[in-house]
Amino acid sequence: MDFRLTEEQRLLKDTLARLLAELYTFDRRKCYQLEADGWSRVVWARLADLGILGSSLPERFGGTGGGPVETMIIMNAIGRCLLLEPFFATVVLGGNLLSLGANEAQKAQLLPALASGKLLLAFAHTERHSRYDLANVGTRARRDGSQWVLNGEKCVVLHGDVAGKLLVSARSGGTDQYDEDGISLFLVDAELSGVRRTGYRTQDGLRAASVSLTDVRLSSDALVGSAGAAFPLIEEVAHQGIAAVCAEMVGAMEEMHEQTVEYLKTRVQFGATLSKFQVLQHRAVDMLMAVEQARSMAMFATMMLGEKGSAERRRAMSAAKIQVGRSSRFVGQQAIQLHGGIGMTMDCKIGHYFKHATLLDLQFGGADLHLQELAEMGGLTPRVLPLPE
Amino acid sequence: MNLQFTSRELLFRDEVRDFLLSSVPRDISRKLRNDHRLSKDDIVRWQQILNAKGWAVPHWPVEWGGTRWTSVERYIFREEMQAFPAPPPLDFAVDMIGPLLIARGSDEQKRRFLPRIANLDDWWCQGFSEPGAGSDLAALKTSARRDGNKYVLNGQKIWTTMAHYADWMFCLARTAHGEKKQSGISFLLVNMKSAGITVRPIITMEGDHEVNEVFFDDVQVPAENLVGEQDRGWDCAKFLLSNERTTIARVGVSKARIRRIKELAASEHRRGQPMIEDRRFRERLAALEVELKALEMTQLRFLAGEEIDGRTGASDATASLLKIKGAEIQQATTELLLELAGPFATPFAGDEQQMTDDDGGRGLFVSPEWATRAAPTYFHWRKMSIYGGSDEIQRNILARGIFGG
Ligand SMILES: Cc1cc2nc3c(=O)[nH]c(=O)nc-3n(C[C@H](O)[C@H](O)[C@H](O)COP(=O)(O)OP(=O)(O)OC[C@H]3O[C@@H](n4cnc5c(N)ncnc54)[C@H](O)[C@@H]3O)c2cc1C
Repeated sequence: MDFRLTEEQRLLKDTLARLLAELYTFDRRKCYQLEADGWSRVVWARLADLGILGSSLPERFGGTGGGPVETMIIMNAIGRCLLLEPFFATVVLGGNLLSLGANEAQKAQLLPALASGKLLLAFAHTERHSRYDLANVGTRARRDGSQWVLNGEKCVVLHGDVAGKLLVSARSGGTDQYDEDGISLFLVDAELSGVRRTGYRTQDGLRAASVSLTDVRLSSDALVGSAGAAFPLIEEVAHQGIAAVCAEMVGAMEEMHEQTVEYLKTRVQFGATLSKFQVLQHRAVDMLMAVEQARSMAMFATMMLGEKGSAERRRAMSAAKIQVGRSSRFVGQQAIQLHGGIGMTMDCKIGHYFKHATLLDLQFGGADLHLQELAEMGGLTPRVLPLPE
Repeated sequence: MNLQFTSRELLFRDEVRDFLLSSVPRDISRKLRNDHRLSKDDIVRWQQILNAKGWAVPHWPVEWGGTRWTSVERYIFREEMQAFPAPPPLDFAVDMIGPLLIARGSDEQKRRFLPRIANLDDWWCQGFSEPGAGSDLAALKTSARRDGNKYVLNGQKIWTTMAHYADWMFCLARTAHGEKKQSGISFLLVNMKSAGITVRPIITMEGDHEVNEVFFDDVQVPAENLVGEQDRGWDCAKFLLSNERTTIARVGVSKARIRRIKELAASEHRRGQPMIEDRRFRERLAALEVELKALEMTQLRFLAGEEIDGRTGASDATASLLKIKGAEIQQATTELLLELAGPFATPFAGDEQQMTDDDGGRGLFVSPEWATRAAPTYFHWRKMSIYGGSDEIQRNILARGIFGG
C-alpha cells in the first residue's frame, strides 16, 4: 500500500498549481468566459505545451505516459480553479475512448493532435430519455454497403459545440433500446452534412450542445472498436469519468472549505469574528470531515480504475460517487450558508464553486442513483466470502 | 381533538378555490409552475385582482379593507393561494409595513399609505440590512440627523429586495448613540424618488436581479415620515418580526412543488420506466411528504393556540421553529426537482439568445423548460435559510427559550 505520489507526480501537481494560480484568477476566468468559445485558447495551448493534455497518453503518441493518478492530480487542480477549458470532454472522455477503443491507425492519426491541443473531442452519448443508463441508446446506425448511416439526437454533449470530432454512440443491433449488446461507437466529423449542433452555456458557466444526426454517412474507418460491442468500452470510460469528476469535486470542495474558513475568520458580527461562534467552528469541522471522506473515496476510485473486473469497478465507482456527492452537497450548502447574503451573489467566488460542484454531481448520476445501484449489486463487500480453492 | 375543518370552513375553502381557478391569470400561473421569476406587473396585477374582490388584506381591520375572517380562514386562504399556486403577496407591503402602520402609524400615515398598500399602488422595500449589520442588525450605521422638520439620511443598505421596483422604503436609521446599540434607532418611511438615493443591482449567483444596494447621500426625509417615536425604532422592528408568522413555513408552497414533482416524474424516465415508479425516488418523495405533514400539523397546532412550553400561539420560539423547518423542506423540494431534471438541468436558459445554432436554423431540442429552471431555483432558494434571520440565528432564539439568557 502506498498513497504517496512519485517525484514526477509531485512535480506535475506543483507545476499545475503554480500555473493555474497565475492563469486562473477569478477575474481572469471571467474574461475567458467572454471569449468566443467561452474559454481560452491561450490557456489550452499552455496546457498542451506543458504536456498536460497528453499526460495519460503513451509517449509514442505525443503523451507523457501517465495514468489515472496523473488525471486525478489534474482534475483536482481543475476543480480548485473552476477551469473552463474542455479537458474533461476532450482528454478524459474523448482521449480514453480512443486510447482504450481505437485501432492503431486511428490512434496514430488522432492522439498526437489531441496531445498538442489541436483536436477537440466530445462524447455524444446522453439522449432525451437515457438518463444515466449507459446502455440506453436509441440513436441508430445502419450499414449501407461499406458505409454506416447514423440517425438520432444527443443531448447535453459537454463541449460538443466546439469539438472537431464527436464520439457518437449508436445502436447497430441488440434486442431493444436497453440492450448492452448492439451498441457501436463512431468518430463523427462535426462538419459532416447531416450533423447539426445547438451550443449553449451551462448553469456553471461551461459550454455544451445538443447534437442531431440526420442520415449522416460515415466510411467504415469511422467505427471505433468492433460493431455492436462498444458497451464495455463506454462503461470503462464512464468509470474513468466518474473518478475524474470525483477528483474535480474534491478540488472544488477543498476550495469551498478554505474560503469559508477564511471568511469566518474575517467577518465580524456581534462584536466578534464569526470564527468565535462554536456552532460555526463545529460546522467548519463537519465540512472538513466531509472533504476528507470525499478525498479518500476519490483516491479509491482512481486506484480501482486499474481493476479488470467490471463488477468490482462498478461497485467502487458507485461507492465513490455516493460519498463524494454527499460530501459535496453538504460542503457546498454550508459554504453558502456560512457566507450569508454575500455567498448568494454572482460577484462572490463561493457561489461559482457551489454551482459547479452541483452540476458535476449530476454527471453520471448522483448519490441516490448510485446508492440504488450499489444496493442492487449487494453493496461493497460480497455477501459470502469465496472459499479458498 | 378533531382534524376536520368545520363545514363552514370547507365551504370557505371551496369559495377560495373557485375564485383562484377563475381569477389567477393563465400567463402568471404558467410562470409560477415553471419557476420563472414574476415581473413587477404580474404581482401588481394580481394584488389588484384581489383588491377588487375585497381580499387584498384579509388580516387588516375592516376599516382599512380587511375581512372578518377567523384566523383559520385566513390560514386557509394563504395556504390555498400558495398551493394553487397564485403569486405570493408582496409581504413587505401587506404583511409588514401595512400592519405596522395600523398598529403604530399616525392617522395621517394610515390615510395616506394604507389604501395604496392594499392596491399595491406603491411598491415597498425593506431597508434593514447593511454591509456590517446582517445577523447583528442593531449594529446598523445609516444615520438620520434631525434638521428642523426633516431628517437627513446618510449611509448604505444592502440586500434590499426589489428596491429597483420600489416607490417607498421602510428603513432603520440611527438617530442617537445610546448605551445599548438597540436604542437610538428610528423607523423612517423614505420616498425612493428622493434626491440622493442610488440603487445599484446585485446579481445573485443564478443570474437574477432581485436584491440591491441602496445608497443615501444627504437624503431629506420629512419628519412626518417617522413611525412611532424617535430613537424607538427597534420596537417597530420587533413588531414586524413577530407579526403574522403563521404562514412563515410556506407549507402551501411545498405542497404545490411536491404535486408538481409527482406530475413531472411521470414523464421523466429511467430504464424505460417513469421516475415516479422508481422505488428510491418514491421513498424520498414520501419521506418529504411526511416531514411536510408534520410541519403542517405543527403549524395548525400553533394556529389553534395550543400551549407549548407554557407559551401560547406563534411566539418567537414557535415562529423560529416554523421558519427553520419550512426553509429546510422548501429547499429539499428544490433538490428533488434538480435530481429529477438530471442532465437536463445543465443548460443555462437565462436568455433565449444564448442558444447558438450552427446553421442559423431553428435550434435543436435542448431541455424541457421546467428542467432549465431546476438548478437556478435550487441555487436561489438557498436564501431561505439565510434571510429573515438565518437558521443559526433562529436556533439561537430557540436555545434561549430552552436555556434562558
Ligand atoms: C436573497 C436575499 C434577500 C434579502 N432581502 C432583504 C431585504 O429585503 N431587506 C433587508 O433588510 N435584508 C434583506 N436580506 C438580508 C438578510 O436578512 C441577511 O442576509 C441576513 O440577516 C444575514 O446577514 P448577513 O448576510 O450579513 O450574514 P452574517 O450575519 O454575516 O452571517 C453569516 C453566517 O454566520 C452565521 N451567524 C451570524 N451570527 C451568528 C451567531 N451569533 N451564532 C451563530 N451563527 C451566526 C449566520 O447564520 C450565517 O450563516 C436579504 C438576504 C438575501 C440573501
